[in-house]
Parts: sequence; structure tokens; C-alpha cells
Amino acid sequence: MDWEALEVSLWLAFWTCVVLTPVGIIVARQLAWRRFRGRGFVEALVALPLVLPPTVLGFYLLVSFGSDWPIGQFWQWLTGGSLVFTFEGILIASIIFNLPFAVQPLQRAFEAIPHEVREAAWCSGLSTWQTFWRVELPLAWPGLISAVALTFAHTLGEFGVVLMVGGSISGETKTIAIAIYDRVQAFDEAAAGNMSVLLLLISFITIGIVYGLAGRRRGVRV
Amino acid sequence: MSEQGLAVTLGQRTPIPLDAALDCAPGELLALVGPSGSGKTTLLRSIAGLYRPTAGHIRCNQHTWFDAARGFSLPPQRRRVGVVFQDYALFPHLTALQNLVAAMGHRPRAERKQRAAALLAQVHLEGLEARFPAELSGGQRQRVALARALARDPEVLLMDEPFSAVDQVTRRKLQRELALLRSDLSIPLVLVTHDLDEAVRLADRITVLHRGATLQTAPPDELMLHPAATDVARLVGHQNLFRGRVLASNAASGRLWLEWQGQTLETGYNPAFPPGSDVSWLAPASHVLLHRRGRPSLGERENPVDGVVRELVVLGEQTSVTLALSGGELLNFTVGTHAARRNGLAPGVDARVSLLADGIHLMAPEPDAQPPMR
Repeated sequence: MDWEALEVSLWLAFWTCVVLTPVGIIVARQLAWRRFRGRGFVEALVALPLVLPPTVLGFYLLVSFGSDWPIGQFWQWLTGGSLVFTFEGILIASIIFNLPFAVQPLQRAFEAIPHEVREAAWCSGLSTWQTFWRVELPLAWPGLISAVALTFAHTLGEFGVVLMVGGSISGETKTIAIAIYDRVQAFDEAAAGNMSVLLLLISFITIGIVYGLAGRRRGVRV
Repeated sequence: MSEQGLAVTLGQRTPIPLDAALDCAPGELLALVGPSGSGKTTLLRSIAGLYRPTAGHIRCNQHTWFDAARGFSLPPQRRRVGVVFQDYALFPHLTALQNLVAAMGHRPRAERKQRAAALLAQVHLEGLEARFPAELSGGQRQRVALARALARDPEVLLMDEPFSAVDQVTRRKLQRELALLRSDLSIPLVLVTHDLDEAVRLADRITVLHRGATLQTAPPDELMLHPAATDVARLVGHQNLFRGRVLASNAASGRLWLEWQGQTLETGYNPAFPPGSDVSWLAPASHVLLHRRGRPSLGERENPVDGVVRELVVLGEQTSVTLALSGGELLNFTVGTHAARRNGLAPGVDARVSLLADGIHLMAPEPDAQPPMR
């Protein structure tokens, strides 16, 4: 059992959710309610990780994280280090390939809120910010839960992108999915089996808890 | 226009044409009526601050809410408007009480719940404070929406088709309650409705809108009997619109004679139409009197008109009659169903009516000679 890999995976999933939730909410709200030029293009861009082979996405990210490209250069300027083969690198990659899993459920949830309900909030004296916290977010709650659950579970299971961008450095970028693959390659089926069961349990429990939460809110209210 | 109350002037060409002017005094109920797409809701949304036309201004109680010339527009949060939305737009995740409390940000926290409960009691919802909107009937939701609009302590109350989503029995009840509630409200009330009967029942004055333009504002009786122009007359449901020419008039006797289809009709003196002028004129259905068959009745000598019954539609206690006149024009009126039976009215039967002189209303002729609307 590679506990280090499990720890990397859990931290990666946690930080991906922490960063992606506000980003997902901002993008989803814009896509749900704003009619702007290039909206279709943005939607397609957000959905791209769904259809792109992980190795292809991983390849492009690996290249753009390099010191020849703006993203890599910017990171170098900011931190003095490289993005390639680091935890920060796989975190950014994880945020990008999870965009559709976070944005799409949230977008559907925001779209389902009638425009008049938000207008009624404004006419009731609630500021845009108050309307967001007290009306929009509670109504989009099931979508938010879905977004977090999908992002968390999907990050735990992601293999191709993480391997391309992060390599397989123990304690830094070697996630549990990669560790399982390593063990299978080394004919250590017992360890691979143990880790797989653990991953299965964690994923199942996570999904169970969040859907339970979402269901409880959904039941009575709307 | 007095300084108190609401004064609105709005205009724009696109995307929704607007050419509207209205005012509403404190305590007055002004109804905006017009066919769908006439701009009623846009006008209401502009007052609420949810829509920004390209020109015009809105003032309420000496405060400017909107002034296009200065590029000034208060956001809805700062306009102190209470809005009852067509589908109520209640917050579905909050209870009835919480819906009201949410609109009370301007009051001290300590008194919000008590005030909300009092408002719910005022709209007869005691005991339902903890219900969610989904657990309330349509009529109860409408009451919560009204109470929430009042919870804001608004300077203007705006209602967008507030009774259109409930059944007729509930609608009558809610209309009655609004009429009662009004006496406690000393703010301008603006009601948008496509239901003219509703407007006539509830409003102090009615504004008729068509294609974004306010055509006429008048008390219900005046609007119904003295529409300013033929388009207003049609919009308020008049069918008996004809064209004629003034033959003679006499200010001393207060009489005016109208030539129409080779016949002379007598009506009240109107200085706006000297002899020889072309006019459009209206005979309201309420001022068409059916003559009793074989027995002369009161008013028989007043503008008698002969025709053949073209169509007879029994609508409960009332029967709608269409008479084809000798000149080919059609005249519509309503009689009690029992009277229609007693007089043997049936399609093809000859009938004689009087067009009561005080009912006949003269208007400027339409620019293009449209045939009367059928």
C-alpha cells in the first residue's frame, strides 16, 4: 500500500475542488445568464477536456508549462521554479481537465433559476452579492454538490494527464492511480488490489456523502 | 402633476418601441391595459429599474429614479418599489415568513419577524408562516407575493398581471381583498392587466397602451363611454364604430344632427365638430335599446334603426345580438336572454333598435378609411 501516493491524490483532489469551485461558479453564472459574443466558443472550450484524449491534453499542458511558453515563463517569474513534474503543475492540469465536470452541473443549476426570482430579490432590496448568497447559491445547491463530487472523484481517478505533466515522482506527483499502474507493472497484484479497493471505497463514500447532502436539500424545498 | 406620487415619461424606438407618459397619485390605483405585446410589462419593469429605456425620466415623491438625459438610473435595490410578479417569483427555498423577512433589509433585525407575521396576517395567511411556496395554493402564493412586495415598505406598488395565474373564483376573491387592502395604502399603485373588466372593477384610472404608446388615461366610465379616438374605442372592446357627417348643430338646444347611411341621427352638441365635418362615431352596446315587438316603448322615437338579426349568441343570462343594418353595416348589442326570447329574436328576423342620443360619441375620423372592426 502506497500511503504517500494516496496522500498526494487526496491533496490534489482537495485543492482542485477548493480552486475550481469559485472558478466554476463564476464561469457557470456567466454562461447561464449572459448572452455575449463567443459564448459558444467558450462553452466548447470548457467542454473540450471531455472529448480530448487525456494524453493529448497532457501533452499540450506539458509543452505549455515548459520554460519556452508564456505559462511556464510566468510561473518561473512568479515562483522561480518550474511547473513541470511538480505538485503545482499537476494541480493546474487537474483544474483544467476538471473544468467541464465543475462548470456543466453548475451551469445547468444556475440556468434553472428563473430570472424573475433574481429580479424579485433585487426589487426586495437585496444587493447583487446578497442575492448570490441568499438566493442563487441555495437554489443552485444540488448543482454545486454534483460539481464538487464529480471533480473530487474524477481527480482521484485521473491517470493520463497527471502522468504526462507530473511524471511519477513519489511524494510529489505520483498519485494513487499511477501507483496502482506501477504495482501492476511490477506484478505486485496484491498491492494493486488493496489500493484499488481503497480507491473504490473512498470514491463511493465521497459520492454517497455529497449526493446524500444534495438530496436532503432537494427533497423538501424546491 | 403634483410633486407627490409617481410621474413617468419614457420613449425609445428600438428594440421595444415606447412612447409613454403616465402619473399616479398616492393612494390611486392606475391600471395599464392593452393587448399582449403592447409594452405594459416593459413600462412596469422600467419603473422598477429592471429595464432601462433610451429616453425619458421617472420621478417618485420628488426623487428622480431615472433620467436618461443625465444617464442616471437608480438600481432596483434603491428605488423602494414593491413588485408582484406575474408568476409571483417567490424564493422557493424560503418559507412564507422568510420570503417577507428577506425583503426587510431596511428594518432593524429585531422587528423584522414580527412585522412579517403581521403582514401575512393582513393577507389572511396566519398559520402558514412556516410553509414553503411549493406547499401553498396559487391564491396563497399570490398573497405571499403581495405581502412580500409590501414588506419592502415601498413608495410604489407595481403589480404585473397579479391575478392571471389563479382560477376565476380565487381571482374574484383576491381582487376583492386588494380593493379592501387599498384603503390602508397611501402609495401609488400600478396594476398591469390585459383584462379590461378587472381594470374597470379595480382602477381609479385606466391607461390604454398600444404598441408601447399610452393612448389615453381616464377614469373607467369616461374611458368606456368617451374614448379619445377610434383605436382606443377598439382596444376597449367597442364594435359599433361608424363614419358619418355632421349635418347641423345647435349650441342653444345642445343638439347635433349626424348624417349616416341616408339617415339622420340626433346626439349631444359637440363644438369640436362643426356642420360639414366628417366624424367617426361610436354607439356603445350599452346604449342600444331593443324595441319591443308590436308594442311601442320608451325612447322608441330616439334614433330608430332597422335591421335583420344576423347572429344570436346566448351567453348565460345575456344574449349577444348582431344586427345587419339596411346599409350593410353591422350593429352589436346585448339583451337579457329572457328579453331576446320574449321578443322572438332569431337569425333572419326583423328587429328595430334605438341608438340612445346620450350614448353616441363623436371622434375625429380615422386618417385612412378603415372599415369598422369586426
